[in-house]
Amino acid sequence: MKYQSVFDIIGPVMVGPSSSHTAGAARIGRAARLIFGIEPTWATVHLYGSFAKTYRGHGTDLAIAGGLLGYDTDDDRIRFALETAKKQNMKIEFIEDTAATEHPNTARIKLGTEESSMELVGISIGGGKVEITELNGFELRMSGNKPAILIMHNDRFGAIASVTQILAQHEINIAHMEVSRKDVGKDALMVIETDQNVEDDVMHILEKASHINRVSRLIN
Amino acid sequence: MFRNVAELLEQANADSISISEVMIRQEMDVHQRSREEVMGQMERNLVIMEEAVERGLQGVTSHSGLTGNDAVLLQQYMAKGNTLSGHLLLDAVSKAVATNEVNAAMGMICATPTAGSAGCVPGALFAVKERLNPTREQMIRFLFTAGAFGFVVANNASISGAEGGCQAEVGSAAAMASAAVVEMAGGTPEQSAEAFAITLKNMLGLVCDPVAGLVEVPCIKRNAAGASNAIVSADMALAGVTSRIPCDEVIGAMYRIGKSMPSALRETAEGGLAATPTGRRLADMIYGINKGKE
Repeated sequence: MKYQSVFDIIGPVMVGPSSSHTAGAARIGRAARLIFGIEPTWATVHLYGSFAKTYRGHGTDLAIAGGLLGYDTDDDRIRFALETAKKQNMKIEFIEDTAATEHPNTARIKLGTEESSMELVGISIGGGKVEITELNGFELRMSGNKPAILIMHNDRFGAIASVTQILAQHEINIAHMEVSRKDVGKDALMVIETDQNVEDDVMHILEKASHINRVSRLIN
Repeated sequence: MFRNVAELLEQANADSISISEVMIRQEMDVHQRSREEVMGQMERNLVIMEEAVERGLQGVTSHSGLTGNDAVLLQQYMAKGNTLSGHLLLDAVSKAVATNEVNAAMGMICATPTAGSAGCVPGALFAVKERLNPTREQMIRFLFTAGAFGFVVANNASISGAEGGCQAEVGSAAAMASAAVVEMAGGTPEQSAEAFAITLKNMLGLVCDPVAGLVEVPCIKRNAAGASNAIVSADMALAGVTSRIPCDEVIGAMYRIGKSMPSALRETAEGGLAATPTGRRLADMIYGINKGKE
């Protein structure tokens, strides 16, 4: 079931006007920022479908910028997010893309610093709820509003077992897990949604586990 | 977890509890939260709804200039005491409008189930509040009952205008409100489901055609109609009127209608009222003349 909580229906508390185009957009931006882990210095945002057609009136650009700045859906500062981003030297470009997408409200966010970059696709499925459907070319399905860890690893025996073992040792319950890989034995991605936030110490242990390349997280 | 309205009713009847109680218990079970936490979060949503209505009744205008201050007009009209539809119905209408006017003005609201449809549930709730004098807990429960039905729609159909048209947004919101009104008025879980079905049936086919793509025209007035539809259908269900088509089948029909709607009528601002000469002129006015030529 896509919606798990009554508060997905009665909620979120948000700054208007559109739960899909404003609150959902903010959540996609915020998920990108949190997964990237540090404040990006630039972002290129492709908007598709209804997002592309109506983003200006809905403040979708403000909301995504707000999300990239780390704001939540009910943050009053969303309305000044573009100015704030400019002041902080975060360069954000919006592109109305005409490519066909599976979902009518889709955003592709490329973001980064001088050193590193990341690419993420998010869809806004209604009522402010979102799903992240792609990360650095990997297909996945992750709700942006549950704690999650994302683990880039090498597709080797035991890589998944070592991660789940570490989580079990720290009494972290897995709510949903997905593994995708580009090719057998090559780069792979684990997405693990958890019931509670994963603390720094556990993150450090995960980073050091064998066949693990990079670990990032989405704090609820 | 209940997957449809039939299962929701089954759970309520098996334990002899209300629909709101089924929803509260499920939320506690699935998310491992205490009753206090769950009730507390819903009360915070209730407070946001109250504040939005209050703010809207003082008069707000949207940035586009398209909408605002109609809630004030309605309250002034009601104060003269000479209305056709009666105080309660118009009170619901004005409070739904108040909420959506605040939303259009980029104010703080609680999406119920979405922002564009945020007016129906509080509109109906705060209007029947004056008639039924509910306790605070009953008002919070009103939102859980509405949420239980919305939960079924979101998981089996859609609550997104871009996906299912306005029937999925304001239609669902109005039907959710209707079911909750019935519970607050002392109706049975079955009567809540009948009210939900009757309301949603009357909203089927509703297109999402926002002028200039904004959640303003005709969204705000549709919330007004949704809130009044909710109350009338609740009265019908309380009177013993039933829906010939069961609730879950109405939800299924809504989803299929939404899927078969052309994308021009699903929140793209390319059809319906958005594509009228005036709709286009307003869009040009808001975005500058180039937008219309794209």
